[in-house]
Amino acid sequence: MSIDLSRRKFLYVAAAASGALLVGWRVVRAQQALPYLGAREEAQALGPFIRIEKDGDVIIGARATEIGQGVKTSLPMLIAEELDVDWSRVRVEQLPYGYIDTEKGPSNKYGDQGAGGSDNIPSAWTELRQAGATARALLVQAAATKWDVSADRLHTAAGFVIAPDGRKLGYGELVEAAAALDPPKEPAPLKKSEQFTIIGKPAKTVDARDIVTGGAQFGVDAYLADALIAVILRCPHLDGGIESIDDAEARKVPGVKDVFVMPGPKPDEPIDGVLATGIVVLAENTWAALKGREKLKVAWKAGPWEAESTAALATKANELLDKNTDGIKVRKDGDFAKLYKSAVMKLEARYEMPFLAHATMEPPGALIHIEKDKALLIASMQQPGGASQMISTLTGIPRKDIEIRLTRSGGGFGRRLKNDFVAEAVLIAQKANGKPVKLLWTRDDDLQHDFYRPFGVHALSAGLDKKKNVVAWSHRCAATPRPYRDSGMKTTPAYVGCIEPDDFPAGLVANLDKTFFPVASGMPRGWWRGPIHTFHAFAVQSFIDEIAIATKQDAVQLRLNLLGEPRKLKYEGSDSFDTGRLAGVLQLAADKIGWKDKRNDGHGLGIACHFTFGGYAAHAFEVSVEGKELRIHRAVCAVDVGLPVNPLGLEAQMMGGTIDGISTALNLAITVKDGQVQQRNFPDYPLLRMAQAPQSVEVHIVQSGEAPSGAGEIGIPSAAPALANAIYAATTVRVRKLPMLAELMRLL
Amino acid sequence: MPEKSVRHTKPIPIPPVAASAKEPVLPLRINGKAYFHNGDSDMPLLWYLRDVLRLTGTKFGCGIGYCGACTVLVDGKAQRACITPVKALSGHEVTTIEGLAGNADLHPLQQAWIEEDVAQCGYCQAGQIMAAADLLRSNPHPSDEDIGKIANLCRCGTYPRIRLAIKRAADVMAKK
Repeated sequence: MSIDLSRRKFLYVAAAASGALLVGWRVVRAQQALPYLGAREEAQALGPFIRIEKDGDVIIGARATEIGQGVKTSLPMLIAEELDVDWSRVRVEQLPYGYIDTEKGPSNKYGDQGAGGSDNIPSAWTELRQAGATARALLVQAAATKWDVSADRLHTAAGFVIAPDGRKLGYGELVEAAAALDPPKEPAPLKKSEQFTIIGKPAKTVDARDIVTGGAQFGVDAYLADALIAVILRCPHLDGGIESIDDAEARKVPGVKDVFVMPGPKPDEPIDGVLATGIVVLAENTWAALKGREKLKVAWKAGPWEAESTAALATKANELLDKNTDGIKVRKDGDFAKLYKSAVMKLEARYEMPFLAHATMEPPGALIHIEKDKALLIASMQQPGGASQMISTLTGIPRKDIEIRLTRSGGGFGRRLKNDFVAEAVLIAQKANGKPVKLLWTRDDDLQHDFYRPFGVHALSAGLDKKKNVVAWSHRCAATPRPYRDSGMKTTPAYVGCIEPDDFPAGLVANLDKTFFPVASGMPRGWWRGPIHTFHAFAVQSFIDEIAIATKQDAVQLRLNLLGEPRKLKYEGSDSFDTGRLAGVLQLAADKIGWKDKRNDGHGLGIACHFTFGGYAAHAFEVSVEGKELRIHRAVCAVDVGLPVNPLGLEAQMMGGTIDGISTALNLAITVKDGQVQQRNFPDYPLLRMAQAPQSVEVHIVQSGEAPSGAGEIGIPSAAPALANAIYAATTVRVRKLPMLAELMRLL
Repeated sequence: MPEKSVRHTKPIPIPPVAASAKEPVLPLRINGKAYFHNGDSDMPLLWYLRDVLRLTGTKFGCGIGYCGACTVLVDGKAQRACITPVKALSGHEVTTIEGLAGNADLHPLQQAWIEEDVAQCGYCQAGQIMAAADLLRSNPHPSDEDIGKIANLCRCGTYPRIRLAIKRAADVMAKK
């Protein structure tokens, strides 16, 4: 293997001990990378993804963390497509975290391994296809040399190189020769989309068999011999502490090995590692640890947030909006005040959205073994790079000596973007006399100690002219800012994560103001699947519906009027928001639900649409409310994420996103009272059960040729407002506060 | 590519846990095999399966018997392993996801789950399948409403495909 850092970008090829071919791209730095790679600034290094066994079996490495978004299937599809192999003969293996030291600093031989921002597909789209195409080019060259024909006269299909006269050689037969070749000087050409045989075809989850037989490994399933099990009793008071502990009974539980305090950050310190002060119980097995924890007697010390409650936060937020001074300007187009003042019709509404917990089915946790000069971590994560950095910072072990194995994650939803549980495991392991430590979070721990979706009240105002055109739009948001005691967000403006400057209808209404009012809170905050958009779209898309009703306009037509002629609008710095594509999914959802067909049986229709993370979605629901029962008769979702890499996986993301959106909007809220989170387990945080969920979600995929975007988050934002709009249509009751079901019952 | 990753799902011999001389040895039958537990007899089956036998297909979700991620079959009936102490299981036959297929390659439910591509994150699915196995045992032709009685939680929202998979498996089993 040659590594020449003086070259801008190069392929390295090496024969592994087994005779397997390893191919991968290395990008030293994006600014040095050749333009064809499409590498972004953060793109660092790509390592080996492909192994072709001598017998022709193809093993493809999956680089990203699989949290249920389907990337362990879809990313290898990109490589397999350009490699030109038979997908049914591909075996996928999860790659470990690929940290490497280079002369230029820390890098990763596999590229982007995290999961967040629906970014796996877009960041891999060119890189991973290029990795496949390069390997294919080497195999073709090997065959050309062997047959003494020009490489450009050869073609490939399903794992074979084929000569003009029909001679064939399997990739497995060419591996050794290909591995000895110099990498191509120019990037191998990529297929045209009409040549695809794998991309765009439905592919089942590669781990399906392991999942249904109990063999798939999640972080919590990892064990190491002699590992001790740890659980933590964390302080229920926000930023609280410990007055006194009596651990005598806990220590008597057979199997309990140790009990000790783990201090959390002080109220003025960043929450970069451990989230809360707690008492660790270390035991030989989980049951002993849990029993020991149960026997702890602790007097907690209240923190500085004892006056905090959800009710007080709502009052404060509304006061700030009433006062309307000292807000942070987020966006200002034209002159809202003037046009609003002169508007023929004015509308205003406020929407309140609660804190939310992530409630991943697999709670956080980690298995870690720290030795003198090396460490091993196995955990369900979304940011293995952050975990590597954290372990190194806490232990002094160089990152190259920290092995991180990736497993499937029992859901992510943004919870595992944080690595607080890794920090806890490290600190516990440092007190475990060299033994591995497996940290388990229970559901109580999870709901009580999360990085919650921010709480906020959104105030929307619209001014219309006499032709019922929206000529002035104001969106004011008073919320607990997303940046909170996070060293990585020191310079992030307070509004980020609560109000989106470029969201619809920005750029479409000439006079538009967006303003943010921070509300102080001691609740830790984080990213929750589809972050801002889940509540932002609820406010905007509900309000659009209110405008349509107040002005007797059709709710679909009003949106289409606002979107206007298809064109691209600035969105987060690039011209990425295509109004035509948003109108397209809106129209599709409307057609599929039968928007124009009158319902006269007490059923109501509601619709909403949203753009984010490069994807477009619209939801339409048909509902009725009978007594105290809300019935969802039909659920329609239209989506455009560009070229669908795996339509079966995309459909799953939309179904799941829709149900997650409904489940969350209907019933879920984290509330705080006396400086403590009030929810403890699923009965207090009731995810939708099967009987309450729509029997089916009708997903309609736009067959687009645009470069694909991710689909993990776009399935949620428009679900809640479409449901609220449908409820209004069925009942004439407008729900402006989430969770929706309790509010609806209060209003009915 | 790295070496094939080491699996930790296979049972690894480990010393008895929470052993106490006072505890009698407790005989158990799990997936057709005999085991003798000599630890705390209050230990929930979930932790015995996971910590002791390393049968990790049965998942921890809530610890209070609510979410169903830990669903196993006890004499064919769905039961929450997280609130079932091992001492209650002597004389009963426990089946976990690892033993559901018996001598077959896959149980029709497992096959149907693959065909319908049900899993997203996959964490709750073993419990869902065990709950469905109990449903089909007592009700080979469940209606939509009957299927809706499965109260296991899925955070990813796979319910529509779970419904399809149960119907598919019911059809296959009816033809046998």
